[in-house]
Amino acid sequence: MAARLLRQALVSLAALVLLLAVVVPARADDFANLVTSLASDTFAEKEQAIVALGNFGDARAVTILLALSDDRLRTGPNNEVLIVGSDDPSKLTDAVTGAPVKGIAPDSLTRVIVNNRLRGRIEAALGGLTLFSPDRNTRFAAARDALKHPSSEGTARLQKALAAEIDPEVRGAMQTSLLAAQLMSGTKDEQLAAIKGLSGVTDPQIKNLLDEFRAKPDLDPEVKMAADAAAASIDQRLRLVGIVANLFQGLSLGSVLLLAAIGLAITFGVMGVINMAHGEMIMVGAYVAYVVQEFFRAFLPPGWIDAYLVVAVPVAFLFAGLLGVILERTLIRFLYGRPLETLLATWGVSLIMQQAVRSVFGSPNKEVSNPSWMTGGFDPIGGFTVTWNRLYIIFFCFAVLGVLALILNRTSFGLHMRAVTQNRPMAAAMGIRAARIDALTFGLGSGIAGMAGVALSQIGNVSPNLGQIYIVDSFLVVVFGGVGNLLGTLVGALSLGVVNKLLEPVAGAILGKIVVLVVIILFIQRRPRGLFALRGRTAET
Amino acid sequence: MADPTEITTRGAWGPGFWAKFVATGLLLAVVVPVLNLGISPNSFAAVPDYIVPLLGKYVCYAILALSLDLIWGYAGILSLGQGAFFALGGYCMGMYLMRQIGTRGVYQNPILPDFMVFLQYKELPWFWYGFDHFTWTLLMIVLVPGALAFIFGWLAFRSRVSGVYLSIITQAMTYALLLAFFRNDMGFGGNNGLTDYKDILGWDVHSPATRLGLYVASVLGLGAAYLICRYVTRSKLGRVLLALRDAESRVRFLGYSVTNAKLLVFTLSAVLAGIAGALYVPQVGIINPSEFSPGNSIEVAIWVSVGGRGTLVGAAIGAVLVNLGKTWLTGAFPESWLFVLGALFVVTTLIFPRGVVGLVHQLRWLRPRGESAPTPVEDKPIAAEEQA
Repeated sequence: MAARLLRQALVSLAALVLLLAVVVPARADDFANLVTSLASDTFAEKEQAIVALGNFGDARAVTILLALSDDRLRTGPNNEVLIVGSDDPSKLTDAVTGAPVKGIAPDSLTRVIVNNRLRGRIEAALGGLTLFSPDRNTRFAAARDALKHPSSEGTARLQKALAAEIDPEVRGAMQTSLLAAQLMSGTKDEQLAAIKGLSGVTDPQIKNLLDEFRAKPDLDPEVKMAADAAAASIDQRLRLVGIVANLFQGLSLGSVLLLAAIGLAITFGVMGVINMAHGEMIMVGAYVAYVVQEFFRAFLPPGWIDAYLVVAVPVAFLFAGLLGVILERTLIRFLYGRPLETLLATWGVSLIMQQAVRSVFGSPNKEVSNPSWMTGGFDPIGGFTVTWNRLYIIFFCFAVLGVLALILNRTSFGLHMRAVTQNRPMAAAMGIRAARIDALTFGLGSGIAGMAGVALSQIGNVSPNLGQIYIVDSFLVVVFGGVGNLLGTLVGALSLGVVNKLLEPVAGAILGKIVVLVVIILFIQRRPRGLFALRGRTAET
Repeated sequence: MADPTEITTRGAWGPGFWAKFVATGLLLAVVVPVLNLGISPNSFAAVPDYIVPLLGKYVCYAILALSLDLIWGYAGILSLGQGAFFALGGYCMGMYLMRQIGTRGVYQNPILPDFMVFLQYKELPWFWYGFDHFTWTLLMIVLVPGALAFIFGWLAFRSRVSGVYLSIITQAMTYALLLAFFRNDMGFGGNNGLTDYKDILGWDVHSPATRLGLYVASVLGLGAAYLICRYVTRSKLGRVLLALRDAESRVRFLGYSVTNAKLLVFTLSAVLAGIAGALYVPQVGIINPSEFSPGNSIEVAIWVSVGGRGTLVGAAIGAVLVNLGKTWLTGAFPESWLFVLGALFVVTTLIFPRGVVGLVHQLRWLRPRGESAPTPVEDKPIAAEEQA
């Protein structure tokens, strides 16, 4: 795959090189001679020419070597070297000048024959050549690629490229590859220096290279000892990185679970309503993100597209919240105190909502793209990437939780809400409009589910089944954490996420999940009221 | 609230009941086969061959619905994992049927089923031993779902997990099993499940005669399951169950062991569901992990609701009605099925909480004298009122 990408980069580079060829005719004679000797009679001479072209550092050679490896290099009647067009075999260009050549009969051309050994040489030479590409990404890829076949020629090329390089990241990659090349083919001192330099790197590839090196027979004992120590230190760092990566992924999964469960913590935890359509509220939120994105694409200037997500969050909150209020007023309020029937009725609602979305948008997944400020990621300690979208979702979920806690504890709506859920007749007697509070509370829970949907659209597929994926998990989170308790939901979600991801490398993804499910089932037997059980009078209702 | 006189044992086993029971049994187990085999296929009343396994499927669903009604309608335990017991029974039967294929599989391995050869198993996993014997299979069909329900129920009821919490953890149980059975290295065929059966007890599963036989076996199974459920619910245990459904704490304070009563009926219900699954598999010809999906188990609850909870007969009627509707609608208007099913959930819980049977009984003139009325079911337990 990487080789193919590199190849594509090379082909596009070739066009640019043709232009350069006209502008920079320096040392043209040497170059022309080398190209001519590519068409020599023996494979040994060809091989020499290929290696020489690779070390020559002239980017024009890329096109020629590619053509050679693809069987598209010919010699004409006057021993001139010609390239056959890759898409149009009748089109000929001069290999040295890159100028089109006309009027040569096809039968007067001779193929320049290559074998697999030469193809290997060509690949290595190409890897070296692209180190000098004007395109930064191509150079970076070439520098990374050089790590795969360290050789003494590679050392020379890398040193040359390093001298000219200014981009720090590319320099880093080149230095690593240079050290690797020196390790595999340098003198004892070079090897020791290389080992010292490499021991600070966190890269499984380097680790493999070192292992390969250590497995070599007749190593100098001093070198071997140094290599062993370096391998051990890399191992340790890799293990650390693995743990950090797992923790981050666990935190990310936990935040996703938390987002899916916060709304449920309100409707189920605080109101005691089993809303099986909660997952569908999440799904609706994700579709709101999709619709807002399409609206931005269709009606607003292209520069604004990055803002769609910021708009989608409140829209999803309002839309899902409105759906929640409607659902509460038309259905759920008739079922208060009958939890099992609520469960069945809302399951029915979830089926209807899924089918409705499927009828409107169709069953295939919808594509919701990350805005540019959420794409990509960064590498904090080397070896694993923190992606922006997951990081933002972690922040977003804590922000939602924080705002919700403020609403519950610091606003009059929150006060009324707690009053109604704790003692409805008393609250009503104090003048709180209980029915209105019910509807608003349910709307709040549903609205949060809608926002969760927007967040989930950034890391997964948007399909009518989206909600089904999270419904079992989010109920477990709420029950595990303790019903009616936001802190419990937080701890429940994060611990489930982290435990799940820590189990994954040991037990595999699915088995890990099964283990977590079984553990939760057993846990609920031990503590039926969850981690943070409410005590006192409220626990009895 | 439930009036205890309504479930008096007097009349429960009287001649009136037996007359109806035998009449229904004859209609299902004799008339259908006669209409299938005895008369010309072109006749108006003929039951074509392809209808027989479909009817057999409905009958299996009816047994499954009965098993849920037993625990939900009478003991207030809404298990959302009933489909798991059904599927486990089905897998036991599927394993037997797989072993019967022998060398007729694609890879012609005399011991290993095709999927194991494909997945490069060297030998039969230990839990497949014995499934070439029908008696062992029958034993497992009863024991596997029964044992799981016993262990699960013992853990849950002992720590007094009830109501919605129990529903959620039973759902988690079937979800965990779903994930587990999807894995190839579980040794149950993974995603594809067990299929391509050849014969059962030496008879070709595809032949119309075998299918008719399986259908009749299912009807007999339904009859037996109904009698068992009726016996349990009209016994003293049944009255304890009803009492604990309505006021669990009060029953406990009166000295009854709520845990044991629930455990007994939960295990019995799982065994019935397993038997239903075992009868189901040879008729549909496949068992795969999707039978474990939580949605399936919730659907069973709606069959029971539609028919009428706590009536037994209603559960069976509901299963057949809903599935008839499903077969017809998914064929005629595939888009609309989920809308209808969803609406069924909403409408039955909101407007007809007593289901079809309750509706029939409300039409007074249809209600025969002396026959017991369906037990009205209210979700709101007295216990909750006491605690409030």
